[in-house]
Amino acid sequence: MTDRALVGIVLVSHSDEVARSVARLAAALAGGGELAPVMAAGGTPDGDLGTSSELIADAARRADRGAGVVVLADLGSAVVTVRAMLAEGDELPPDTRLVDAPFVEGAVAAVVTASAGADLAAVAAAAGEAYTFRKL
Amino acid sequence: MRDAGFVRRWLATTARAVERDADRLTELDSAIGDADHGSNMRRGMTAVAAALEKEPGGTPGAVLLLAGRTLVSTVGGASGPLYGTLLRRAGKALGDAEQVTDDELRTALGAGADAVAQLGGAAPGDKTMLDTVRPAIEALPDYAAAGAAAARGAEDTVPLRARKGRASYLGERSMGHMDPGAASAALLFGALAEVAAADD
Repeated sequence: MTDRALVGIVLVSHSDEVARSVARLAAALAGGGELAPVMAAGGTPDGDLGTSSELIADAARRADRGAGVVVLADLGSAVVTVRAMLAEGDELPPDTRLVDAPFVEGAVAAVVTASAGADLAAVAAAAGEAYTFRKL
Repeated sequence: MRDAGFVRRWLATTARAVERDADRLTELDSAIGDADHGSNMRRGMTAVAAALEKEPGGTPGAVLLLAGRTLVSTVGGASGPLYGTLLRRAGKALGDAEQVTDDELRTALGAGADAVAQLGGAAPGDKTMLDTVRPAIEALPDYAAAGAAAARGAEDTVPLRARKGRASYLGERSMGHMDPGAASAALLFGALAEVAAADD
């Protein structure tokens, strides 16, 4: 399982605290084995609420170990910014995928799956499937 | 024919208009959004004006690409990637021609608007910047008509119910307010009309 690179996860939120906290939560729930790279890209470089393409690009570079990167975004400008960056083609690592997933549950599913050594498609699918986990 | 200088004057004029109307844009956004559209657009367009002074760009396409890239990286809200995509995609469509015709500019802006629609998933009447951008582009190459159509398009968003973006959470309460993005897009096309009138 450790003989190949793990898929990286990037969490994009309007809030630095939200992105970091969800990253920490997901990492904690991934168990004690090898942990997939999880990077937070929240808020603006000045520490305000918002979205920063610079922070997103930096987080994606750091999360990229050669197996691809899965990006989760909370809402609004976070989603639109990542989509605009993907449309440009050269601002994010080549195998970067934005997944349509609930932010917290999707992050946990993605990090657990990626840490188990799953490939990009499986990690993206796991994050998206988190929408189907009903609570009631 | 329009050259890089024309596009630079257009964007510089837009930056001045946004500076002048930033408080109004924020006021519109405080009614149905998160009250940052004026400051976000001001930050973005100020950065565009500064970037164009530092690196003028020799073709209309290059100027639009630089402006679009700058907006995506400096605005911090959804208007950054949306306006950035409008300009960047238009810039790409123009390629590296030194001069472009009014029809080429119209087609390029149309490609930019298509990319914005795809990015944000908005349709006409959703109370977004596209309700200004689309009628303005349709009126081109008559620049004065485009400016007027943009102003009317923004005005026409007042009764609409927002279906995209932060304002859509408000449902019916979004009705009766001008969409801030439609208002800033009217500044963009108003500036285009102004610069073309001075040019012709």
